[in-house]
Parts: sequence; structure tokens; C-alpha cells
Amino acid sequence: MSKRKFFFTLPAQLPLMSSRRLHRSRSKLSPRARKFLLLTIFLGPCIVMIALFWFGPVFLTVFLSFTDMSIRRAEWHWVGLENYFNIGKHPFTMKVVVNTAIYVSCTLLWNVFVGLLLALLTYYMDERSALFYRALWLLPRSSPPVVYGLLWLWVLDPTEYGLLNQFVLALGLSDKPINWLMEYPMLFIILINGFVGCSFGMIVFSSALKSIPRDYIIAARVDGASEWRIIKDIILPLLKWPLMFVTAWQTLSLLASYEYILIVTNGGPFYATEVWSLFAYHQAFEHLELGFGAALAMVLVIVSIICVVAYMKVFKFRRMISPAKIEIA
Amino acid sequence: MVSVRLVDLCKYFGSVKAVDGLNLEIKDGEFVVLLGPSGCGKTTTLFCIAGIYKPTKGRIYFDEIDVTDWPPKDRNIGMVFQSYALYPHMTVFDNIAFPLKLKKLPKQEIARRVREVAKMLQIDHLLDRYPAQLSGGQQQRVALARALVKQPDVFLLDEPLSNLDAKLRILMRAELKRLQKELKITTVYVTHDQAEAMTLADRIAVMNEGKLQQYGPPDEIYNRPANVFVAGFIGAPPMNLLDCSLVERDGRYVLDFTSFEIELPRELGEVVRSRASSSEVVFGVRPEDLKISKGPATSAIKGVVYVTEPLGREVIVNVRIGDHIIKVIESASTASEIAAGQEVWVVLDFNRVHIFDRKTGKLVV
Ligand SMILES: Nc1ncnc2c1ncn2[C@@H]1O[C@H](COP(=O)(O)OP(=O)(O)O)[C@@H](O)[C@H]1O
Ligand SMILES: [Mg+2]
Repeated sequence: MSKRKFFFTLPAQLPLMSSRRLHRSRSKLSPRARKFLLLTIFLGPCIVMIALFWFGPVFLTVFLSFTDMSIRRAEWHWVGLENYFNIGKHPFTMKVVVNTAIYVSCTLLWNVFVGLLLALLTYYMDERSALFYRALWLLPRSSPPVVYGLLWLWVLDPTEYGLLNQFVLALGLSDKPINWLMEYPMLFIILINGFVGCSFGMIVFSSALKSIPRDYIIAARVDGASEWRIIKDIILPLLKWPLMFVTAWQTLSLLASYEYILIVTNGGPFYATEVWSLFAYHQAFEHLELGFGAALAMVLVIVSIICVVAYMKVFKFRRMISPAKIEIA
Repeated sequence: MVSVRLVDLCKYFGSVKAVDGLNLEIKDGEFVVLLGPSGCGKTTTLFCIAGIYKPTKGRIYFDEIDVTDWPPKDRNIGMVFQSYALYPHMTVFDNIAFPLKLKKLPKQEIARRVREVAKMLQIDHLLDRYPAQLSGGQQQRVALARALVKQPDVFLLDEPLSNLDAKLRILMRAELKRLQKELKITTVYVTHDQAEAMTLADRIAVMNEGKLQQYGPPDEIYNRPANVFVAGFIGAPPMNLLDCSLVERDGRYVLDFTSFEIELPRELGEVVRSRASSSEVVFGVRPEDLKISKGPATSAIKGVVYVTEPLGREVIVNVRIGDHIIKVIESASTASEIAAGQEVWVVLDFNRVHIFDRKTGKLVV
């Protein structure tokens, strides 16, 4: 009897109970408030972080860029756009723009291509050698920038005790030691950054390669494709999105990075390796012109945002992050 | 068109013997199915034939030419994968055209042949689509088209139907068989589904743990399984296989199952005695070769119905005899009068009984 009752009452009772329970929990908060609360809990921390560490500095920089604030003077004034006009008038601006363009584009090319090359090389290795090889290339990234920078300074030492000079002298390529950073400053700045930067691409491409089904490669091989055709016709098209991602990401991080240049050449010799971000740093913290430095930094922020928008347009970023539209016929 | 011959083919991965001493001859235009449980080395064998894997030992011949050291591109092989392996960034047209582009055929020739094979497989209206825009069955046809467009000498298929739903699978099975007979391509087809193997094959090669168990036409594999493994693998429900020992008592031969006994006809008993390595044997009989009798009958064993499994036209009757459950297939009309717990007699036909040597697993009679 009790069993039967249970059976009959349950379906009728269930929706009633649940709606009542729902109602009770809603009674304290309106649906809108509930939604707001949920959004706050889930997105709040992230928004706070972005506000603190991105919008905060940007607003501070915008504010500073409209002043003539300097650590050398006690008082400061609003100067409007003067700092921005001064950028145009500065004698080294053009030089720095050219330096930045060369540095970013060459290092970017190096990072993407060497990253891809390393990923492909390790793809064709057995698992253990690949792991060792990848770890080796990650070493520069995992060592502190100062240590890495000093290591390069020792390698490129202008006396006969520098590692590179020892090689060159031993091989008889030159009869006297070469002052590398004096002769080829930009080349070595690109290499120094490139040896760290390419491991980013290597890691992203390696994991993307791993996700390509083996059957694609085998099918192509059975059909008579050479390894080169497999890479060109199968692997590279499938790496389209990772390639775009690494390119976009590296552009932005190269625009903003200057720590290795600071350590190795500090922009020298005579502005030969002064890039925009280092220029801003020097103006703000060496010449102590906070306002002018901030204006320079703002230009970088604006250029970065333009880059982001451009990449999103060119790479159809929306399509990249939206789910695949599969039509079942 | 070529014939394929594998001589003592071995492929080891470290200590794993994926394929171990395989000898197989596939005639020109023949449809051979490699059948075996998952992990028995079927795919590895295919990859060796295709030239993807280099055999650890053994030779591979196409006609009388040793191709063991040839790269895949020189073997003119068409291959279909379980995953279809269609390139997602290429349209159906480009997928099918890819093998021809690699052969550097002229553009018009490529277009003509792609259209021809697409028409044959009824996918000519899909040529502009991408693989992701196709159903599973359509993807399957594209994969077949890509393998056939280069007019291969050998056609290799690795579980091509296992990703399709049951209905489509039976449809494609028939179509594949028709296609192969029409094109007369030497075909090696891999599957773990014995029903697929039985329906498709000219000859079936049953494999287990890298070794060939039996090679022959489907009816021979079914009616004269060479060993216990083949007997148990072929047929659904599988053959009843019971351990027992042969004893000679007062000039009569009896199979002793400890909880019950079966008396063998004298001739059969003598053959088993002379051929088996010991008295320890395995008794095998297919469920469809047994009958149920409601009363005592000659060469029948008494048991109790344990459970019945209706299949529509037929019913699997599980009969408990001693410690063993024996499956019997009966027509639905006969079985309708049978209920669980009922006492019945299982009637044997000694012409349809298999006896295996328990030590070697090999068929005795
Ligand atoms: N590339 C490989 N490396 C190591 N072991 C492998 C490799 N390919 C297959 N094997 C092993 O060889 C055996 C046979 O595999 P496979 O030929 O794929 O079986 P099947 O296709 O019959 O399911 C399995 O034990 C499998 O783990
Ligand atoms: Mg397999």
C-alpha cells in the first residue's frame, strides 16, 4: 500500500516541491540580483586583477603624459599634449622607430621560424630525445634574465678571452679579437632575444603537432607524399591557428620587452639598439622625465592595441574562438 | 593488379611481437579479410604491406617482386582508415585529388578522374564541401574514393566500417563487396567483426597474438575451425567449448565432463584416441548444431533450462548440464513451449561435433 502511494504521489509532488523550493530561494533576491551576484563571484577576481594591473597603470600613464612631472623638480604643471609634440621633435625618435621595426620584425620572424623548425625536428625524433632537446631550448627561458644576459656578455667579450673570440681566433677567421657588440649590435640583440623567444613557439607548435592524428601523416605517406610535401600540404595548414597565435602574441611581447637589451647593450652603442620601450624607460628613469616617458609609453600602448585589432581582423579571431559549425547532411 | 605474398613476416616493437612469423598468400583480385581481436597485429600487418613499417624479419612480394625495402609511394597502394583520415583543410575534391597531385598528373586528367570516382561512389554532389560538413557515411565514401582514385594495385582497409551505425554498416558492407568484385582489386580488409569477415571474404585469415591461426574460405573456417581459438572466435553465439577427458571403459569410449558423461560412437572414439596427444581434450559443438527434445532421445543429454534469449526468429536456449551451461539455438516455435527450470534433452549430432587437443589447442576431429 505504501509502495503504491509513493508511486502515485511522486510525479505530482515533485514539480510542486521543486518550484516551491526554488521560490523560497528566490524570495530573498530578485533574479537580476542573483545573476549579478553570480557574475561578481565568477568574474570579479579577474576584473579586479585587470583593473589593478592593466587599467591602473594605463590611467596613471595617461595622467603622467599630460604633465611635466619630473623627479628633478618638486612642482608640476599640466602641459596638455606638449609631451606628445616633443616626441616628434626629439632628435632620436626616427632612429628609435627604425630600430624598433627592425628588432620586432626580425626577432618575430626568427622566433616563429626557429620555433617551428625546432617543433618539427622534435616531432620526427623519438620521445626521449625530443624531450631532452626541448628542455635544452627551454633553459634560457628558465634562467634569470640577468644570468642569461651576463652569459652572453661573456660569450661576446671583446677581448681574446671571450668565447666567440676564442673560436674565431682558433679557427683563424680573424687575427685580432672582434668587438661583437660594437660591430654588430642589432644582430646580437636579435639573437639574444631569439634564443629565448623561439622556445615559446616551439612549445605551442609541438603540442599542436602532437594533436595532429597520425593517420593523416600515414595516409599521405601511403599516397606517395615526400616528407616535405607532408609538411607543406598537411602539417602547416593544420598549424594555421597556432602560427597566427604565436605571431600575434610575440609581436606584442616583443614591442614591450627591453630587459635583455638593457642588460647587454643598454641601447648602445650610441642608440644603435635603442628600441621604443627602452627609450621610454630611459627617458622616465634615467633622464627622470616622467611625463615624457609616460607619453612614449602611451604611444606603445596605442600601437599595441592597433596591432591586436589588426590581428583580430586579419586572422578572423572570432572564427578561431567560436565552435566549429558542423553541418550534418 | 597483383598478388601479394607475405613470407615469415615479423614486426616487433621492443619486446612486443605485434606480428610473429606470418605467412600469407593473397591471389590477384582476391578479397582477404584479416580477422582477430583488438591488438592481435592486424593494423601492423597492413602497415607492413603498405610500407609504413619496415618488417623486423621476413619478406613481402607483389607478384614475384620483392618489395620489402620499397618506400610506400612505389607500391601503388590505396588505403582506407578507421578514422577516414580525411584532411580537414581540404575540400572533398582536393582530398580525392591529393594522391593524383602527388603523381603530378595534368590538371584536366585529375579533374576527370576525381569526377569519375566520385560518381561511382555517389558523392559527386559533395565535391565542394569540407569533411566536417559531411555525415559519417559520406566521409566513408570520400575515404574510399581517395583510396581508389589512383587505381591502386592493392587495396587496404583498416576497420573501415566500425565508425558507422549498424544499419549503414550493413549497407556499406554490401556495397564494398560489389565494388571490389567490379574493380577486381586485390584487397586486404581488416576487422575484428566476425560477421563482417564471413560476409565479405573470399578467404579469411584469423590472427591471434601476432600469429596466423587459420587461413581459408569462410565456410571452412566456420565448419572446420583449426583450433580452439578459431572455434571460439567465429560464430555468434560462439561455439560451446567444454573441457573433458576421453576414457575407455569396457571397450566403449566415453567423454568424462566430471559432472556428466557422453558416450562417443566407437569409430569417433578410436580416431580421437589415436590422434590426440593425451586423453585431455576439448569438446566443441555449435549452438545451431544442437537440438532440444522434451523427452529422452538417442545421443541426448539431460539438462535443465537455465534461461532463454529470444532473437525474434530464433531463441538461444541456455541449458544447464552438470556444472556447464550449453547454448542451443532453436526455432522460436519450438522454444515457445520451453520455460526456465524445465527438464529437457539436448540432442547431439556426432557429425557436427569438434574435438580439440587441450594441450595444443589443435583440432583432432
Ligand atoms: N607503433 C607502435 N609502437 C609500439 N607498439 C605498437 C605500435 N603499434 C602497435 N603496437 C603494439 O602491437 C600490437 C598489435 O597492434 P595492432 O597491429 O595495432 O593491433 P590491431 O590492429 O590488431 O588491433 C599491440 O599490442 C600494440 O600495442
Ligand atoms: Mg587496428
